[in-house]
Amino acid sequence: MVRMKQVSVFVENQPGRLSAILEVLEKRQISIRALSVSDTAEIGIVRMILTKPEEGLNELRKAGFTTRMDWVLIVEIPDVPGGLLHSVAKPMAEAGINLLYFYAYTEPTTHKTMVVLKTDDLEKAERILESRR
Amino acid sequence: MILDSEHEQMPRKVLERLQLERLQHKLREVYDKIPFYHRAFDKQRFKPDDFHNLRDLEKLPFTSKLDFRDNYPYALMATPPEQIVRIHASSGTIGKPIITAYTKSDIDTWTQIMARALATAGVTKRDTIQNAHGYGLFTGGLGFHYGAEYLGATVIPTSAGNTKRQVLLLQDLGTTVLACTPSYALIISETASEMGVDLRNTRLRLGVFGAEPWSEEMRKDIEERLGIRAMNMYGLTEVTGPGVAIECPYQNGLHLAEDHFLAEIIDPETGKQLSYGEKGELVITTLTKEAHPVIRFRTRDITSLNPEPCPCGRTLIRVSRITGRTDDMLVVRGVNVFPSQIESVLLAVEGVEPHYLIVIDRKHAFSSDELEIWVEVTEDVFSDEMQRMVNLEKRLRSEMESVLGISARIKLVEPKTIARSEGKAKRVVDRSEL
Repeated sequence: MVRMKQVSVFVENQPGRLSAILEVLEKRQISIRALSVSDTAEIGIVRMILTKPEEGLNELRKAGFTTRMDWVLIVEIPDVPGGLLHSVAKPMAEAGINLLYFYAYTEPTTHKTMVVLKTDDLEKAERILESRR
Repeated sequence: MILDSEHEQMPRKVLERLQLERLQHKLREVYDKIPFYHRAFDKQRFKPDDFHNLRDLEKLPFTSKLDFRDNYPYALMATPPEQIVRIHASSGTIGKPIITAYTKSDIDTWTQIMARALATAGVTKRDTIQNAHGYGLFTGGLGFHYGAEYLGATVIPTSAGNTKRQVLLLQDLGTTVLACTPSYALIISETASEMGVDLRNTRLRLGVFGAEPWSEEMRKDIEERLGIRAMNMYGLTEVTGPGVAIECPYQNGLHLAEDHFLAEIIDPETGKQLSYGEKGELVITTLTKEAHPVIRFRTRDITSLNPEPCPCGRTLIRVSRITGRTDDMLVVRGVNVFPSQIESVLLAVEGVEPHYLIVIDRKHAFSSDELEIWVEVTEDVFSDEMQRMVNLEKRLRSEMESVLGISARIKLVEPKTIARSEGKAKRVVDRSEL
């Protein structure tokens, strides 16, 4: 488990907004490890784990997007039934920690399943997950 | 048709002498009978006898909407109450309404001004005019009614609303002229379509529209959809009501009833008079009103004056299409809204920069004008958590409603959406322009 930087971008829920973000990143050869979109009828928040988060954020900002950087936790989970439940979900629930959002991806080199998550108490979540290793 | 050739075609020098005579008389009257003007003139050390020619107008103080409110309801009257035969009020504003009063003579004068205006627009006694202006305190209903009746046209007093019935009567009673606001004309047209009625196949040929600003594009839209000629009329409650100025068939400006209203254009910042052709704030002085005369009333409407003779034969000065107001005020669902109020709410919500756009919806003339405010999401307020963004929107909405007095929709937008401009930003757009 590790803390990583996540880039978030504000978009209106309109055609072309995601493309616009991706074009900026492609131009600078920045890869996206994981991406998730949270949406309402009108707006969206695009959250990304980038190979070069600082550069990515700066480029997006220069291109006129409203962006921010946040710390998130990235946890490796075993690729078996109940993997997510026992590694993350149940421990968080038992500790009374609320998961604000999360999304998953497969690490290209190790082929391990990774989960990106943010909770309402990052330090506590870290301690819980560390102690379970 | 020129109903009153003597006044509508009066040579300008003769007209100016008439205006001077009437104004000199009026100044003495307001000085003697209205304490507000007595005090205001004394403050400028102005005596009515000091008025020798029309250029002396600059010596006189202005009157504003605030003065009406401060003197609510009857303190600006020049005649005793028993001579008042009618009261009108402006459509609801925050606080007190604007009250105006009329003697029998005022009603007669206004009626003739209206009849003349309708005739200028092309209405004749052979027409059937459907008056879809709101009857009641609002000057549009009764103003058009009396004028059209005086002209001899057949008046159908539908007032506003009940649009399906408007369409029915328009067809069945053979309406030839429609009088209402331009946005209501479009609503009538939409409703007719929904009913399977093509207004272009009715006897409707002419519309006289006003009470709100409207563009050339809107005019073309109305003319196409209704199959009519759409004429522009201007007026305001504080000065009498509709009929103050009207388009003639040449549609190159609105002829002002100068024998009754003296117009000037001023620089809204300095108050100095501007020349013909220059754009500025329209200021009107009533020359013949008895119960409620006004001196140099600041309309806050932006326009220019054109004294050139018109091909229609009228010598009356023309006012160009109203392009905006000096004070950015909007009227939404009868309530005055100022962009500065909106800004104050945005600044109070921490971190929200006042980059915003007000989107108004002029499609609905009488109720539920929509008010939507686009607010730019900056890094200060952007959160990766959707709940916070939703809460931001909710908070802005409730603060906005509490300050404005009406509900507004809040739309969070990206920085690019609201155009940056050098100098004064365009803060208000009509939805049709988007």
